Amino acid sequence: MQITITLNGKKITEDIRPDLLLIDFVRSHGCYSVKRGCETSNCGLCTVFMDGKPVLSCSVLAARAAGHQIDTLEGLQEEAEEFGAFIADQGAEQCGFCNPGMVMNAIALFRENEDPTDDEIKEFLAGNLCRCSGYEGQLRGIKEFLSYRKKRGESCE
Amino acid sequence: MLKIKDYVKAESLGQAYELNQKKANRIIGGMLWMKMSDAQIQTAIDLSGLGLDQIEETDEEFSIGCMTTLRQLELHEGLNTYTNGAVRESVRHIVGVQFRNLATIGGSIFGRYGFSDVLTCFMGLDAYVELYKGGIVTLEAFADMPKDNDILVRVIVKKKAQRCVYLSHRNTKTDFPVIACMVSLQENAGKVVIGARPGKAMALHLSGEQMKILNSADVSETCVKKIAEEISADVPTDSNIRASAQYRSHLIRVLVRRAIMQLVKEGGCE
Amino acid sequence: MRVVGQPIRKKDAMALVTGKPVYMDDVVSKDSLIIKLIRSPHANALVKKVDASRALKIPGIEAVFTWEDVPGNRFTIAGQTYPEPSAYDRLILDQHVRFVGDAVAMVVGADEQCVDRAMKLVKVEYEVLPAVLDFHEAMDNEILVHPEDDWEAKCPVGADNKRNLVAHAEEEHGEIDRVMSECEVIVEETYHTKANQQAMMETFRSSAYLDEYGRLVILSSTQIVYHVRRIISTALGIPKSKIRVKKPRIGGGFGAKQTAVCEMYPAFVTWKTGKPSKIVYSRVESQIASSPRHEMEMTVKIGAMKDGRIRAIDMYTLSNSGAYSEHGPTTVGLSGHKSIPLYNQAEAHRFVYDVVYTNVLSAGAYRGYGATQGLFAVESAVNQLAAKLNMDPVEIRRMNMLREGEIMPAYYGEPNNSCTLDRCLDRAAELMNWNEKYPCTDMGNGKVRSVGVGMAMQGSCISNIDVGSASLRLNEDGYYTLKISAADMGTGCDTILAQMAAEVLECEIDDVVVYGADTDSTPYDSGSYASSTTYITGKAVEKAGYALREKIIKMAAQMMGESKEQLEFTGQGVNNLKTGEILSLTDIGTASMCGNTMALEVTESNTSPISPPPYMAGMVEIELDKETGHVEILDYVAVVDCGTVVNPNLARVQLEGGLAQGIGMTLYEDISYSERGQLLQNSLMQYKIPTRMDIGNIRSEFCPSYEKTGPFGAKSIGELVINTPLPALTHAIYNATGLWFRELPITSEKIAMGLLEKEQCE
Repeated sequence: MQITITLNGKKITEDIRPDLLLIDFVRSHGCYSVKRGCETSNCGLCTVFMDGKPVLSCSVLAARAAGHQIDTLEGLQEEAEEFGAFIADQGAEQCGFCNPGMVMNAIALFRENEDPTDDEIKEFLAGNLCRCSGYEGQLRGIKEFLSYRKKRGESCE
Repeated sequence: MLKIKDYVKAESLGQAYELNQKKANRIIGGMLWMKMSDAQIQTAIDLSGLGLDQIEETDEEFSIGCMTTLRQLELHEGLNTYTNGAVRESVRHIVGVQFRNLATIGGSIFGRYGFSDVLTCFMGLDAYVELYKGGIVTLEAFADMPKDNDILVRVIVKKKAQRCVYLSHRNTKTDFPVIACMVSLQENAGKVVIGARPGKAMALHLSGEQMKILNSADVSETCVKKIAEEISADVPTDSNIRASAQYRSHLIRVLVRRAIMQLVKEGGCE
Repeated sequence: MRVVGQPIRKKDAMALVTGKPVYMDDVVSKDSLIIKLIRSPHANALVKKVDASRALKIPGIEAVFTWEDVPGNRFTIAGQTYPEPSAYDRLILDQHVRFVGDAVAMVVGADEQCVDRAMKLVKVEYEVLPAVLDFHEAMDNEILVHPEDDWEAKCPVGADNKRNLVAHAEEEHGEIDRVMSECEVIVEETYHTKANQQAMMETFRSSAYLDEYGRLVILSSTQIVYHVRRIISTALGIPKSKIRVKKPRIGGGFGAKQTAVCEMYPAFVTWKTGKPSKIVYSRVESQIASSPRHEMEMTVKIGAMKDGRIRAIDMYTLSNSGAYSEHGPTTVGLSGHKSIPLYNQAEAHRFVYDVVYTNVLSAGAYRGYGATQGLFAVESAVNQLAAKLNMDPVEIRRMNMLREGEIMPAYYGEPNNSCTLDRCLDRAAELMNWNEKYPCTDMGNGKVRSVGVGMAMQGSCISNIDVGSASLRLNEDGYYTLKISAADMGTGCDTILAQMAAEVLECEIDDVVVYGADTDSTPYDSGSYASSTTYITGKAVEKAGYALREKIIKMAAQMMGESKEQLEFTGQGVNNLKTGEILSLTDIGTASMCGNTMALEVTESNTSPISPPPYMAGMVEIELDKETGHVEILDYVAVVDCGTVVNPNLARVQLEGGLAQGIGMTLYEDISYSERGQLLQNSLMQYKIPTRMDIGNIRSEFCPSYEKTGPFGAKSIGELVINTPLPALTHAIYNATGLWFRELPITSEKIAMGLLEKEQCE
């Protein structure tokens, strides 16, 4: 079947299998930041934005994403670099395999909630598993980023 | 791995219904559970183009389209004001935000899954479901109906003077519940719904005797404990990978007591 | 120090946080054949017939390979230095399948769709054999997991395949029976830990292709490139000269990838077909057919005097290696060697162990490597001893713990050169406010807050075996290339090794380019495991740095026509102390590329006769719900002696990550089997690892000793940090409930039901 998806701002029209998953569609278009860590929708590594909302691309049919805007970290490089630097400054990226999904979802959090509490951060990102960091360094990085952003007096939007 | 031969984005409920009459065809909700199956689907029917992803609130009711996501339920102010946060509490532990942005109320309820927090919560709210052919039936009745090829279009919650609490116990914070428990009280009626027994959610209506105790001026924790024990005795539980039947029955006693006490403390039974 | 000791950002950090394609499946050739494995549904069976005729008709299917197609050389997939202690008990595919999930056949095709279709069409006939699933019943059972005659143990580890025995040993120091008989108080208990999964986010995966010389190139997510080369050479029966192994970025390892779990499949397929191929394990495969922690049962007997003096420790460990022997003979040793020495004042100890084969998935190497299990047992027994004596568990440790300068009879007689464990414990107690919080506070609402303690040690390498090497080269702009075969699996070793090079070469971290690991071009390293990279490879880097300085000076001397003694290396270049003449590194580097006979490159190797232990003290405060049994972690305090902290950020995150894994192992990460031997926790839906909502607040500090044999005084940190949550949480749960739990995980169910039972007894 033929679909058109706006991937990172670029319209892509393609003939696909009806059971093609969005994760495999975006990876086949060079969006290698999108990772698969499980088959049970538990790990959060495959997080992309669908019309601005974070979703698990392993659990969405590419067919359903037709006509929608899909963004991956490849399309959010500036934000990824700006925020990611704070994770890097904690050494909390570690193996890095969960990073793109976590960075995507953190960006979603910052867009939705400018000044989240620790509990709100933890709850929003609870679906992003990480086996390396113990999460504490990520939390420190996020808080550092938020206070930097606050100091700059600008919002993420 | 899930295989789909054909995909149709339905243009009307009628069309979706017609397609769904074929055994090899399936309606896809959030697709989270279906994705893990090995199913061979002829035609996947997608309802996401029918505008059924809205929560409409009037003075009398909430009407929730079947494609409304769990995340929408979690963030809906009216629904959470009406339930004192119970709806939010029932879904916020489910895996993560990205998951809840996909999982739909229709999929959660139509599947009548044993582990379902959503089924437990909405059963406690005396919700109704609107079926395309079957019309409006209570969620309690729907839960007992055999799975057929009808389409769940909407979930309806009629507003009334009630107060409710949702509690659950989980092995980790975002795991399936070991036991889920919704208690709602009205002036002269009370309802306890227990989910993840691990069988599908089961509703119990508080007896006149039990309501009398709860409505008395000096309701004590001991009395409530007794009610919780009575309820636990009436709820069959089973063992699975997450917990034993005995522990589940014990948790029912604990959570039902805590839920009722929370309602009692928050200001009697109206 | 200028660079060592600084919280420097990891060299690959920005690539990782911005999602660059740096992992195997991002960079592997898109033409690679897809390999999937048909796995046995039986715990013990013989493959009688594989009918692939229908599968082979599916368009795109290249081949279906079975045991009849593969070489008959037995080998081990354990990543260990040759000769490996693990027995040679594997074939690429074996007619005898030994656990539910053991590989039966490879289905190879052009894409996933055709392979998935073909998998369903392969018909396998089995002769199902009775299985031995309970590791207590394995030894001398009439059912043999490895009855084959070509089974071979290369090292004298006490193995005997006709007894289902992977290893056996006994050691004793002092007169254990006499000393024990003189003790006034005895604690004897048995502890049980499960086959926990590393659950790194990137599952096992490997790929292969033939290069322009017809050599087999393996690109794999592995911690052990050189061992993989040897393993594949043995498995395929081809010379090592025909094999090159490289690693890209690794999406986590924790020891899992110290076993060549899946490299043999693409290696075989590519060697056989000449085409590139890859295998990517699903999460299910990573759970059921991988290399988890060894399930162990440890019986610990501690003899003490009424004043708290520990005089004797007697320990027996039974370890379950599963269907194959990977790391079986070695992990078990650590259960005693890295727990008993903590109580070095004891006059006598005995340590006996058996490791057995069973028909469940084989175990491997997981962070802690047996020490985790042993420390859970010994530390829990010491906590119980303190309770029995009505002593403060911190006080009993102060009284009995090992001290700097002592010889450790239970640790191969090695000297304890550097140790601040006493200060770690004191500082942890101070941070936790132990004296006030111990043992518990009733919150009055059915909840109790309590504290618990545990200590830990590990090693910094495998003494006299591990080898680390580093090559350093000066390039024309005055920058350096550092080549290593240690494997950065997210730990940051590329960066900390560069820090060490920059320290010696008096330059900035950005002046050192790091490359690794590639058996064709980076120098020999046993690999990143056994906590050895900082200590062993780090020292090699330090040596290489000094050797290169010497060479640079020699080169400058030639250029200036001056004797070396007059010259000084400054980091920017070389100064002539006599004339004041300065040659910059750029001058020297450029000169080395014109009419020169002296390569400005050095390679140094390192090994160590000792494995200096890092130490830590961990204390936890929990709030326990006495009705539901739920344990909420409020605060975890950890104080660590890893010697000099090379990079405080990376060390801290290692610590926090290790604690989180230990917390998961203690409270909910469970492994269980059906009656047929099927592993039930086969996904991240059923095997629950901690989320960020399950970890409380972690506070950490370092209390460094100085290890004179390590680079810049450093020891190790990677493994040590997983060990304290097990005993500390178990202790805190006891202090809240009065119940000792000796089997992990301690689920809320066990706690609640235990308390109910206790209530009924009272």
